[in-house]
Amino acid sequence: MKSKNHPLLGIHSLIMMVFIYVPIAFIIAYSFNSSRLAADWSGFTFDWYISLFGNRHVMEALSNSLIIAVVSTLVSTVLGTISALAIRKLGKKMKVGFGGLLYLPIIIPDIIMGLSLLVLFNQFQMPLGKITIIIAHITFSMSYVHVVITTRLIGMGNQLEEAASDLGAGAWQTFRYVTLPQIFPGIIAGALIAFTLSLDDFMVSFFVSGPSSTTLPIYIYGQVKRGISPEINALCTILILVSVTLIFLAQFMLNRGKGQKKQSVLPF
Amino acid sequence: MIELVQVEKRFAGQVVVHPLSLTIKEGEFLTLLGPSGCGKTTILRMIAGFEQPTDGKILLDGTDLTDLPPNRRDLNLVFQHYALFPHMTVEDNIAFGLKMKKMPVKEQQERIQEAVTMTQLNSLTKRYPHQLSGGQQQRVAIARAIANKPKVLLLDEPLGALDLQLRKNLQSELKQLQRSLGITFVYVTHDQEEAMMLSDRIVIMNSGQVEQIGTPRQIYANPTTLFSATFVGENNIFSRDGKMFAIRPEKLRALRDVEGAKRTGEVLDVHYLGSVHKLVVQLDNEPMTVSILFDFNDNRPWEVGERVGVDWKSEDEVIIGS
Repeated sequence: MKSKNHPLLGIHSLIMMVFIYVPIAFIIAYSFNSSRLAADWSGFTFDWYISLFGNRHVMEALSNSLIIAVVSTLVSTVLGTISALAIRKLGKKMKVGFGGLLYLPIIIPDIIMGLSLLVLFNQFQMPLGKITIIIAHITFSMSYVHVVITTRLIGMGNQLEEAASDLGAGAWQTFRYVTLPQIFPGIIAGALIAFTLSLDDFMVSFFVSGPSSTTLPIYIYGQVKRGISPEINALCTILILVSVTLIFLAQFMLNRGKGQKKQSVLPF
Repeated sequence: MIELVQVEKRFAGQVVVHPLSLTIKEGEFLTLLGPSGCGKTTILRMIAGFEQPTDGKILLDGTDLTDLPPNRRDLNLVFQHYALFPHMTVEDNIAFGLKMKKMPVKEQQERIQEAVTMTQLNSLTKRYPHQLSGGQQQRVAIARAIANKPKVLLLDEPLGALDLQLRKNLQSELKQLQRSLGITFVYVTHDQEEAMMLSDRIVIMNSGQVEQIGTPRQIYANPTTLFSATFVGENNIFSRDGKMFAIRPEKLRALRDVEGAKRTGEVLDVHYLGSVHKLVVQLDNEPMTVSILFDFNDNRPWEVGERVGVDWKSEDEVIIGS
């Protein structure tokens, strides 16, 4: 039997949804508004999307963002995977210690991450640019990858690897034929999350970017200071779409590995 | 076949397995039996190579295994929760060990076919583990192990996760399999009935120590310690002149005539168990109850609260040490 909820709960949920999604809905809706002014609706159009792709600054920011996202994703995925595998072999105390340290960048406020990295780069007199943004993105993405893969490894347990070893597989063969296929969906999911984080990051990038390394979020921020144009709405809509798609893909990968317990690190 | 020489295991100063010497014969079905935490699984894992003994040696066919990693030991383990590779089909699971040994493909096929036939998995080879029932998964785990033709098969509570009826069926299948393969089985279980049914010899363990080693018959009829007397089957423990002796419930007699019986008491409960009845008796002078099993051919049933004489033949007393 279905238990009956209090009617107020339904209303509460509705208000929550409105609260969260109305601002986003506005941006998406106005990206299709043929009027330049946000105030009135004068018809449906794709013009802003078209003019977006003709805009040299937008395209440059996009290319910067993609380069940074791809490189930082590759590096952080490899590092995060290795750290997750390594930490598993440690003793209990070390595991808690190192695990906690790797988890910390997720909790530390972005503004502090950004500021501390800026101080560091200044100390080493590194010119701010794509390289510094990539390094910054790796530092926080790696933690997410590590957490996702650690969850996957815990779900897997030790028995499969013991079974492989019992059946004559050496350390490399065990990793290649058992561990890697088991954690592969986690690696892909971690990479997708890292990519999304890099693409969306504003705060940390803002501190460590240089004149020639404007990313999309930084570009949007710069434009908004001069008033919100429909192009920006269109750009934001695309970013929302890409992020949501990537996160859904990541979640899909995490739920793969048929017949096993559903291990979700995200709430859906 | 397998020889354990003074094998000892300590975890962080705590003794998990006290020094143990044991010889397992070729083709033998040997069971390590004991409650959880008694060290039986640790012994199995030391033989398989997943745990390193703190002291002592493990020999297989005269060669010292102690320092060899699990992948270089000529024996296979059937895990408690099967540990099948979820991303491989039944066939690939079974082939895994053969591929690791770089066996020619044709021979691999023969071995797989043989293992599949023995475990009745013929129609399931293309399935993935999650598409199989618990009993089928268990069969795959066994097929995967025996395809390697190991000298010894180690089994860690392989039927523990299955329900009672299925367990009963698989017990007899396992026994038949062991007979037809002729390889040594080392079996771990906490189920004394299972141990009695399957084993040639049983090692009874309690808190890291061996209590008794013997055939099921020896262990049932002549338990040497209090633990093995009470762990395997039901038993009644009496004492006389500071010595303990055990008498199985089926060896006790319940007498209506209280006079002349060795002990007297009052019927506390009467259980009807189908083929037999069980009488629970509270003894008069000792704070204990005894169980009496008997065929119910008496013309009048026992009543709760009735006076009863408990008697037995002196030769049925089994003196137990300590």
